[in-house]
Amino acid sequence: MSAHEANASGAEKAYANGPWTLPGHRVCLARETPLRLDSGVKLHDVHIAYDTWGTLNGDKSNAILVCHALTGDHYVVDPHPITGKPGWWNNVVGPGRVIDTDRYFVICSNILGGCMGTTGPQDVNPDTQKPWGLDFPVITIGDMVRAQKLLIEHLGIETLFAVAGGSMGGMQVLEWAYQFPESVFAAIPIATAARHSAQNIAFNEVGRQAIMSDPDWCGGDYHSHGKHPHRGLAVARMAAHITYLSETALTRKFGRSLQDRDAVTYGFDADFQVESYLRHQGSTFVDRFDANSYLYITRAMDYFDLGQHHDGQLARAFKDTPVRFLVMSFTSDWLYPTRENREIVHALNAGAANVSFVEIESDKGHDAFLLDEPEFHKVFEGFLEGCAEHRGLQRKPS
Amino acid sequence: MMMMAADGEANPKSIRIDLQLIADMIEPGTRVLDAGCGNGMLLDYLWREKQVDARGIEISTQGVQACVSAGLSVVQGNVETDLKDYPDDAFDYVILSQTLQAMHEPREVLAQMMRIGKRAIVSLPNFAYWRLRLYIMFKGRMPVSDKLPYEWYNTPNIHFCTISDFVALAKEMNLSIEKSLFLDEEGTSKTIGKSILAANWLGEQAVFLLRK
Repeated sequence: MSAHEANASGAEKAYANGPWTLPGHRVCLARETPLRLDSGVKLHDVHIAYDTWGTLNGDKSNAILVCHALTGDHYVVDPHPITGKPGWWNNVVGPGRVIDTDRYFVICSNILGGCMGTTGPQDVNPDTQKPWGLDFPVITIGDMVRAQKLLIEHLGIETLFAVAGGSMGGMQVLEWAYQFPESVFAAIPIATAARHSAQNIAFNEVGRQAIMSDPDWCGGDYHSHGKHPHRGLAVARMAAHITYLSETALTRKFGRSLQDRDAVTYGFDADFQVESYLRHQGSTFVDRFDANSYLYITRAMDYFDLGQHHDGQLARAFKDTPVRFLVMSFTSDWLYPTRENREIVHALNAGAANVSFVEIESDKGHDAFLLDEPEFHKVFEGFLEGCAEHRGLQRKPS
Repeated sequence: MMMMAADGEANPKSIRIDLQLIADMIEPGTRVLDAGCGNGMLLDYLWREKQVDARGIEISTQGVQACVSAGLSVVQGNVETDLKDYPDDAFDYVILSQTLQAMHEPREVLAQMMRIGKRAIVSLPNFAYWRLRLYIMFKGRMPVSDKLPYEWYNTPNIHFCTISDFVALAKEMNLSIEKSLFLDEEGTSKTIGKSILAANWLGEQAVFLLRK
């Protein structure tokens, strides 16, 4: 991993003090009225990087906001500018796809605290003219959503036809429905939870400790030292990546197969294919992600608990909500298991909300929401079709 | 959506006769929960023809997927355990169609339906239907028919009852029966009313509209 230490990562290069160089749009908001964060801090001049697909219709009723997960970004459809890999949801968003860009106007923005253009800890603090580092305020899922709301208002959209996302994206979807029920017609939280479980906080803490124990982290001030805690960030990614898969998927993909060798070497090289795979996942991740962003975003997930403002009673958070919900989970997802998704459904039912819920059969673990799962796509598309009919939007020509 | 073929009559949509009887009991524009909604045939009809705010619970993955894919609001779940999640009087009607006899605790399910709904509609097969009585009398075996195709060892129907049994349960639970119909073997519906003994003999199925 020494090669990484010598070279600035792609994300860092894109920032290199010049004009904005990554594809997509970037806008500066909260210029006059600062964004008030849950922590009490007021953040002004918030940059938001985003992209859109499709065309906004005349009455601005066909907008769908896609919310990305922990390590995602707004490169949903087009190839990623740093890795060159296909957009993370290009099997769901696009012409004729589940979220049909021929009919809907689709928006996705990089989250607050992120590292692909939206204001985050690697940016320069306008008050000190130095990188924020750990001086960046701790943010919440609620803050991310309020930042997205600024963008939506900037785009002149009053009501989103739908908000959709998986994992941490699903948390944002729930937060949207909670904070702005009148601005959301339909909400599609996928493979998520209304509060982060002890197990998930624990996994996040392992990742954070891996980063913070890397000497190159420099107490969070690595940008000033010209360093980057690549080793710690890679380990964090490796640990997290295991939680996105399932034992079945790992066994099917790798089993105990050896990597380019016929026998074990009695050493600590990557003898097994699964080790090699994880190392690759770790080392490619650091090219596109900022370590402090990882700390801040995982913290936001840990703090997420929608029921906390209602004595822990989630049902009261959604009482009499006008939003139509579709909750989906996957059978082999042990990071956000069906049980936790069902808790959302129970709470919505208790609030007599309009909710649909489907558990999709899949052995691919949490990542299933990113993969080609025909039943998942079919239900998702059908739900949107039904909502379009209720909303008075044109149905798909059959 | 799965629909039976339209029969060319004025009625634009045609659904199974017992579902039609249920639908006829429902006022337009109301809020309805179909507990055990299968592939959503009734919900789809209620939404399209009666502008009902229609919701469903269905246990089978296949059924839920069919419903949600067709734009219906359906939750994958178990009627027996999940009705308790809903608040009091959340619905104008709670429907349980051909399912009560498959419940472990039918009385408790009925009580929950009456708690979360202002009214309940229950349809059930009548185990005292004359053909079933004769089947047992002459064959001495548990009845198997088109409508009840299961053997005793694999049937989901674990709590069969008769029209008389159900009327007695409703009385015991202080529920008033606002409407009651039975379907004879030709599929003709008739009012049960006071003639419970006759209905219990002639009715292959029955539909009850109940109120607290």
